[in-house]
Parts: sequence; C-alpha cells; structure tokens
Amino acid sequence: MSIPRTIKESATLIKEREVSPVELAELFLERISAEDGKINSYITVWEEAALDAARKAEKEISKGNYLGPLHGVPIALKDIFVTKDSRTTCGSKMLRDFVAPYNSTVAEKLMASGSVVLGKNNMDEFAMGSSNETSYFGPVRNPWDTERVPGGSSGGSAAATAANLCLASVGTDTGGSIRQPGSLCGVVGMKPTYGRVSRYGMIAFASSLDQAGPLAKTVEDAAIILSSIAGHDPMDSTSVNLPAADYTADLSADIKGLRIGIPKEYFISGMDPEVEQSIRKAITELEALGAEIVEISLPHSRYAVSTYYIIAPSEASSNLARYDGVRYTYRCENPETLRDLFFKSRSEGFGDEVKRRIMLGTYALSTGYYDAYYLKAQKARTLIIEDFEKAWEKVDVIASATSPETAFRIGEKTDDPLKMYLSDILTIPCNIAGLPGISVPCGFSSENLPIGLQIMGKPFDEQTVLNVAYAYEQSTKWYEKEVAPPG
Amino acid sequence: MKISKKDVLNTAELARLEFDDETLSKFTRQLGDILVHIDELAELDTKNVDPTSHVLELSIPFRKDEVSQVITTEEALRNAPSQENDFFTVPKVIEDQS
Repeated sequence: MSIPRTIKESATLIKEREVSPVELAELFLERISAEDGKINSYITVWEEAALDAARKAEKEISKGNYLGPLHGVPIALKDIFVTKDSRTTCGSKMLRDFVAPYNSTVAEKLMASGSVVLGKNNMDEFAMGSSNETSYFGPVRNPWDTERVPGGSSGGSAAATAANLCLASVGTDTGGSIRQPGSLCGVVGMKPTYGRVSRYGMIAFASSLDQAGPLAKTVEDAAIILSSIAGHDPMDSTSVNLPAADYTADLSADIKGLRIGIPKEYFISGMDPEVEQSIRKAITELEALGAEIVEISLPHSRYAVSTYYIIAPSEASSNLARYDGVRYTYRCENPETLRDLFFKSRSEGFGDEVKRRIMLGTYALSTGYYDAYYLKAQKARTLIIEDFEKAWEKVDVIASATSPETAFRIGEKTDDPLKMYLSDILTIPCNIAGLPGISVPCGFSSENLPIGLQIMGKPFDEQTVLNVAYAYEQSTKWYEKEVAPPG
Repeated sequence: MKISKKDVLNTAELARLEFDDETLSKFTRQLGDILVHIDELAELDTKNVDPTSHVLELSIPFRKDEVSQVITTEEALRNAPSQENDFFTVPKVIEDQS
C-alpha cells in the first residue's frame, strides 16, 4: 500500500474499507519509530493508546457508525495540549513528569471526531521560540534539511506533518508559532481568530494572544481539523459563542472579484530576495485567478515586534508564576526554606529563553516602568488594530510573506535573542489584532527550502482566508512535492 | 534603555529566579539589547489613544453558583512533588519558638 499523505485521501480509504484504521495506525507508528530519530518531532509517542483508538474506530466503522473525515485518521498534538493519563511536558524540564487530570478541549474534540492520536509533538519550551531549539527534549530538525531549524514554536508539529510522521497536527500560535514553522517546513499552518478555538487545557503562554490551529499538508485538511476543534466552550470564557461552522462545506476556489491587499510595509528590508520573488509571483498568480490586487498600508505594523515583546512576556511572567515547585511536579532537591524552594525550583526547571521572557515581563510590569512599557504597548496595540480596521474598508484579505527568510541553520540565532525575535516580524501583527491567518506553501528556494505565503483575514472570516489559500494551492499544487526521507 | 546589573538582580528577585555571574552578565546584555529596540515605541504619539487590553468585546459570562466537582482532591495532588494528608507540603515557614 502506498502511504497516504492527506486526511482526505485516508478518509476515503477508510470509508471505502480499503484500509483499516489499525493498519493505518501501525503504518504511522512504524514510520515514527524508523524516521523520527533524525528529526525529533515527538516528545511522547502513544503506541498503545493509538492502537486502542484505532481498534475502537475500526469497530465503530464496521458497525456502520462512521463519524466523518477524521474517523480512524492518525494525527498528532503539540505537547502543549493537556491530555489525561499521559504526560504533557510543554517542552520543559519543569513539566517533564506532569500528567494532567483532564483533557484539553482540543484533544477532547479531536478524539470525539474519532481521530487516532499518535502522540505529542516536540515544541519550544512553553511555546517560547521561533526555531524549536529551546525544547528541554532537544531541537527538532527540518525534514527538508536536517541541519536547519523547522521554525517554532510548533516546530515538532510542522516537521512531523512535513515528514508524514502524522497526517496533520494541531499547534498553537502566539506570535506566528503555527504559520512560521508551517512556512519553513512547507506545510499549511493556520491560526484562527482569537476566540474561535477553546484554550481550555492549552498551557498558557500569553493569554490575550494564544490560539490553537491546524498544521496539515493541504488547505482542505486544515479545514477538516479546524471544523473539528472550533466552537464555543463554556470552560473558556474567551471562546466566542458563534455557531460552529463546517469549513470544508463552503471551501471554494472561486476568488473572482475578491480584493486582496498587499501591505507595502511587509516587503521589509533585509528580506531574502528569493522569498520576495516567490511572494511577488504568488500575487501575480492570485491576480490571474481573478482577484483584484490593491496596494495598502499598515504603517504601525513595524512596531508590532516591540509591542509583542512587552505584552507577551508580561502575560507570560504572570502565567508562569504558578510553577513554584509546589504543585506541578518539578521541585529542587532538599530546599532549606520556602524561599529556597521557589528560587531553586524555578531556576532549575526553566530554560534560558523562558527565564529571559519572565525577566522581560516582570521588568515591564514593575513599579516605575509600567507606563513606559506595558501601557505604551497596549496603546501601540490599538494603533496596530486600527491600521487593519482601515484596511478592511478597502480589501477582503491581506497577503504577504509568512517569514522573511527560509529555514535558518541550527544554532545560527541562539546567541542573539533579538535577531530571533525579528524572525516573527510578519506574523506577529495578526496575533496583536486577533485576526485569522494562514501560511500556504508557495515555492522553494534554490537550496530546495520551502517558502510560505501568508493570507490574513477579517475577524471570524476564516472561510475567506481558507478559500484564497485553497484557490492558490489548487492552481499551483506545491503540496505535491514530497520531502525526501531524511538521511 | 540599557539595563543595569542591579536592575536585573532586582527583577530576578521579583520573578523568583537566580543566576550565576556568567548568566547575569549575558542576560544584562541581552535584555538591554531588547529594551533598546523596544524604545522605538517612544516615537509613537499615543496621547489620545486608548490602551487595548483585549481584542474581543468581552462580557463576563455568568453561570449558576452551584457546587460541582471538576477534579478530586486526589487528582489535584497527583502532580505535587510532596504531599501529606490532602495538603501540598513545603519546608517549614514558621520558625520553632524556643
């Protein structure tokens, strides 16, 4: 049997009883065991649980209880979604033995759709990073070139999807953490509108920015996953009470007359010329498909990185205060006093990047600096949002590069955090404004590294974002290019 | 704005973190670089701009004030590195009177 690469393809095989969910799960577990040593995209593999879920799916389907396109389909989850009875580490030493007492809503919904979870993907520690080098469990390698990073923080999810060690995965995006690794690994990655997907059981980094979303080979697969995980959840007071949508039913490649805005500020100086060339070509392609291309301006986007690196670390410093050596598994050895316990457990349990961000956030919120940093950033956030609001008067979606560069070398930016932070310069504005955004493959560099096109949309207009990406994908078919087995 | 070693130490105290000398120097330099970059925000005229604390127009959802059990005491304590009689345990906080 040839190995299916998409959910769509697998669902057809399962539905027509040409392959059983158990065979499929075994096949993917074998692939993980044979190949993942080279890319390190999983922290925990669920051999038994996956086979149990597959057997259950097989039984249900044979009884005629077919649940839909995810039934019996092997997928994975970023190790930030808590799962009952299996550890959830968030890529940190602090949580290396943590077993949550409940399932995150995302995990619960995917399981209820009948999908087979193969395991938990590697990630930057507490989702803080753009290269997946900050994981306590070691860096993830890019399957297109194992000397390079997969992007981050959902680097394991992107790499596993690209290498077909799962059909798709769910990641999280606080400043680009789904879209940027999607771009660097040549897969589709989508961040829905803030509030679209429940954050219940998703370990918090920056609560006003975090959002879960799919990484998949195709836009249609991303739409299948999003349809499963989206929706109101009484357990998350910021999840929006809108009717659940089926994003596959209305998926359409007809984008005639749609107005696509091109923000001139997003062709930043220092951008890789090959990336720029690819994006310009993609814009021409969108125009050929009947879209109207409109030049727009988002003048405050250039302040997005600075704004983000105040807001996100501030929220993180508060969210991560709970890891105190008392409740969440990790504690230093033989603390003499309570003070000793706090300082030693936190200093030993967190890695450098997490500490840097806690420090930055604590500093920005401390007496005497609050107005100059945190309040100023919240005002800058308003200006960035207003730019988008003005743009929506003229256009339906906005297109740009996802990342100004292709995958960089492992170790290239680890000594220079600021340089690392600037790699999210084109994805951060979407989070600041809470908008939906997708990265869809749009070509390869001369070194055979993937390039991603970003489409951003109006709040809660995931459908138009998906449709534009789908139209582009169906006319260019970059997803047909497969990763050669890592060697 | 550049940050001094003293500022870094004060912040570490607030954040309940401690560093060796080498990391302290590294962090002082790196945090300084980041803060200098962030200073670009000072260019923005925000005199008449309201701060955004959240992108959604949120209203507080209410539910009936009914007791329900989400997790048990045993489950809540399952990840505790040290526990006794349904409590988290830590080193003694109050000194012996002697």
